[in-house]
Amino acid sequence: MTTVHEPKLSQFDDNDQKPVGFGRMLRKEDPRFLRGRGRYTDDVQLPGMLHLAILRSPFAHARIVSVDTSAAEASPGVRLVVTGAMLAEKGLAWMPTLSNDVQAVLATDKVRFQGQEVAFVVADDRYAARDALELIDVEYDVLEPVVDVRRALAPDAPLIRDDLTDKADNHCFDWETGDEAATEAVFAAADVVVVEDIVYPRVHPAPMETCGAVADFDAIDGKLRLWSTTQAPHAHRTLYAIVAGLPEHKIQVIAPDIGGGFGNKVPIYPGYVCAIVGSILTGKPVKWMEDRSENLISTGFARDYIMRGEIAATRDGKILAIRTNVLADHGAFNGTAAPVKYPAGFFGVFTGSYDIEAAYCKMTAVYTNKAPGGVAYACSFRITEAVYLVERIVDCLAHELDMDPAELRLKNFIQPEQFPYETKTGWVYDSGNYEPTMRLAMDMAGYADLRKEQAEKRARGELMGIGIAFFTEAVGAGPRKDMDILGLGMADGCELRVHPTGKAVVRLSVQTQGQGHETTFAQIIAEEIGIPPADIEVVHGDTDQTPFGLGTYGSRSTPVSGAAAALVARKVRDKAQLIASAMLEVSVADLDWVKGAFQVKGDPGKSVTIQDIAMRAHGAGDLPDGMEGGLEAQICYNPSNLTYPHGAYICVVDIDPGTAQVKVRRFIAVDDCGTRINPMIIEGQVHGGLTDGVGMALMEMIAFDEDGNCLGASLMDYLIPTALEVPDWETGFTVTPSPHHPIGAKGVGESATVGSPPAIVNAVVDALKPFGVRHADMPLTPSRVWDAMRGQATPPI
Amino acid sequence: MQVPAPFEYERATSVDQAIGLLERLGSSARLVAGGHSLLPMMKLRLANFEYLIDINPLHAELGYIKIQTDEVRIGALTRHRELLESDDLAGAFPIFRDAERVIADPVVRNRGTLGGSLCQADPSEDLSAVCTTLDASCVIRGPRGERVVSMEEFHVGPYETAVGDDEILIEVRLPRRPGHGSAYEKVERRAGDWAVVSSGAAVWLADGKIVDARVGLAAVGPNTTGIPEISDTLRGNTPSEELFEQAGAIAARSCDPNTDQRGSADYKRHLADELTRRTLRKAVERARS
Repeated sequence: MTTVHEPKLSQFDDNDQKPVGFGRMLRKEDPRFLRGRGRYTDDVQLPGMLHLAILRSPFAHARIVSVDTSAAEASPGVRLVVTGAMLAEKGLAWMPTLSNDVQAVLATDKVRFQGQEVAFVVADDRYAARDALELIDVEYDVLEPVVDVRRALAPDAPLIRDDLTDKADNHCFDWETGDEAATEAVFAAADVVVVEDIVYPRVHPAPMETCGAVADFDAIDGKLRLWSTTQAPHAHRTLYAIVAGLPEHKIQVIAPDIGGGFGNKVPIYPGYVCAIVGSILTGKPVKWMEDRSENLISTGFARDYIMRGEIAATRDGKILAIRTNVLADHGAFNGTAAPVKYPAGFFGVFTGSYDIEAAYCKMTAVYTNKAPGGVAYACSFRITEAVYLVERIVDCLAHELDMDPAELRLKNFIQPEQFPYETKTGWVYDSGNYEPTMRLAMDMAGYADLRKEQAEKRARGELMGIGIAFFTEAVGAGPRKDMDILGLGMADGCELRVHPTGKAVVRLSVQTQGQGHETTFAQIIAEEIGIPPADIEVVHGDTDQTPFGLGTYGSRSTPVSGAAAALVARKVRDKAQLIASAMLEVSVADLDWVKGAFQVKGDPGKSVTIQDIAMRAHGAGDLPDGMEGGLEAQICYNPSNLTYPHGAYICVVDIDPGTAQVKVRRFIAVDDCGTRINPMIIEGQVHGGLTDGVGMALMEMIAFDEDGNCLGASLMDYLIPTALEVPDWETGFTVTPSPHHPIGAKGVGESATVGSPPAIVNAVVDALKPFGVRHADMPLTPSRVWDAMRGQATPPI
Repeated sequence: MQVPAPFEYERATSVDQAIGLLERLGSSARLVAGGHSLLPMMKLRLANFEYLIDINPLHAELGYIKIQTDEVRIGALTRHRELLESDDLAGAFPIFRDAERVIADPVVRNRGTLGGSLCQADPSEDLSAVCTTLDASCVIRGPRGERVVSMEEFHVGPYETAVGDDEILIEVRLPRRPGHGSAYEKVERRAGDWAVVSSGAAVWLADGKIVDARVGLAAVGPNTTGIPEISDTLRGNTPSEELFEQAGAIAARSCDPNTDQRGSADYKRHLADELTRRTLRKAVERARS
């Protein structure tokens, strides 16, 4: 079922209403943020709190010969200096990563990337801690680094991971999906085969708030309280229990307000562990907040995929098969955050939105002397890379066939009657109706007129480009049967308690980093039980206050936790109905639910509200036989499948032929994320993701020099876009509900980040068609566009 | 949060008192004006000074734009925002408003100063290019009184100026001549980034001919560069596209850019050419109108 909505003339004309349920309403959390009353990790102040600073490696690859901490220990205000050797004595020098690799908490033998943690200082204030870092004398024996990912497996490449037994090279893992032989057969027989080398460079999520923690270990009762910048407090608690050997019930992880996550705050970083160790050793609360440079050089990066894309088609534009070979740079430790069975995340959806005959991917992941990470920056577990690959290679095919890229896509879409659709790499798309979404975007853009304008401009020597991307995402990890992170199933809990006066509290296992959970989840509950969102408190982020679940990333909050919220509300409503039947002295079957009240069928005058029922549930009056008092429920929701949102994006760019500067003139984004809970929040998510896309497509890249020095260590060097680089976003939507989600919702948090880079790059490449350009890699800075105009486009790495 | 090394801080009460402090403290002290270059460098511990002397209290004394018949005098503590918003300055030298529109962002422009920009002596710095283009001279005051130096003398090298440890840049003087037009263009990867390349051009016309012309480039050499050969080529000629092309070609071969994250040396040479032509074209248009 699909309905197409015309976008409203004014996006605010129904704003400020307070819907009891779904609809546009202002965010409940905004007053505190707008008034500067958010409470972030760095706002946590505890009596006697000390401050921790981390000494980091200046080299990409070096053996540690000696570490002398005596001068630092004598520095004023210093309480503690800890080295890797000291941690090793406690068995804490190494910790597991989210990908079953190990990572050094503090380096003992070697440093393996610039910015790696070497030692830490705990002092009375952060100035004293920082000053003392300069007094730690580390002698390094500098080794040749592995910087060029293409040379990581060369026989003479230096060995990075000599800490691993039986490791003789820098190979991290191999992975494949699809049917190699069947794909080869289709390619061999195809009319047209297009091959293109496509690089998705290393980028960084760069959240406004950097990572940090306040650890407070109470030696008397053995309890550790840890405020930290985490997107997954429950998963972190379990991992701390495993790593540090602390009993899980004595660990409380609190994620207070978070200033942006984008996947950067999924992993456990050495700094968190250092803060815990610092608190245990000093007996005081210890705060660690990394600075901007530390965040950019050492925490989870994103992408770094070197891809060869191949597409086979008939002469008239029927896509037959897609194949890719990927070289993945995982940095010095495999710290990718992805379900265990998916070492390449969900890259397997690289077949996109097209009904094809065969597909195959072969991937090799390697270690290099760079920071670990890989899955971050709103990538939906590597779908960003997959969508970029397929949408770029489809445009290359359009170029070769001299076919309109919109027409080529429309010709190859999976058709609505084919859903649920199993792809050639084994993903079952739950629902979709692609053509109306595409048509709406083309209508909003005035596609035919744009092409006419472009032809006129080309005749005058002006450079205008129109880029299209159509994406299908796979979000909401995931079914427990095959998705877990370090053995923890990816289900989510939810608890709902209705108070006697009819107000409610809902406790979530996911944590918001700006997504608006306090509003969205209140609206989900409101829709189901008719209590206004203002009367529903949303509790999240504190492991002592909330049920277990795996956290917020991969656009999973609404698909997983949102489903849990709807179902727990239905459990409460079912109990309320039993109470109502007793109160109204009719059978359950004779009651109608009108949002917020049960009324007797055929007699609307006889009804009880949910508030009446709540009071009865807690009151002195009779309840149905055998029923306990109270009005509350809990649930643990295990999704049966992922949800598969889709969208059609169209970008219009102008390029100055003299300076090669790209201006994004228009961007039309039509998203289909199923049922829309709060359209304003969805639009906000989309706006943010589109802005990310402009950054990645045009300016962002974490580069390294030949010695492995990170060239993106500040926001002067690593550029992120501002309001001046983005156009007024034009958003629209279609609605194709998910058939298996209780309210038909799909995730949307990462759709725009996934979908926008190919649209922008396709637009730039389209603008450069008069120069014969078929492909140019991101970031499309003026200098790199100028190279492309002269037929000298080069990969960025 | 990035934290600087320890330092002492004192607020200046007058120019002479600040000079007295500098005389006493020598190279361990540094003046802070807008602070938008100095403080980030201190936080990154790239710059470590024992003393900071805050001259912001001297804004009443050193923050001014005086438009005179023969020259414009601008106090060193005049803020970007004041330069941007001054209609009189835009009337005398339109290049200033062009440049200020593309310098950083409003937050920086509210605090950053002309003197601070020049003294930072970053080769990519826009106002240095503007002052080079306009053949500015700099008034430097120290314990032994005042001296006036040209922009060529002022910029000794990257991040290095003629201002001594016990001296303060107090004023910039820009000569006025009739028939003036000027313009500034910058290519940047993103608003607020340093220039990939920027170019300023100034012309003085009489009877339809170029009496004098100057071009100043930023980010293509150790300092912002005036190119005498361009002036020689343009002087005495009637403005034309061919002439601008010649000037552009001279700019491209006279500059000395590096390949870096902002772009390749070849691209920067191309921009020196392109932007020289564009700014000359606009400067002439303005001189004629």
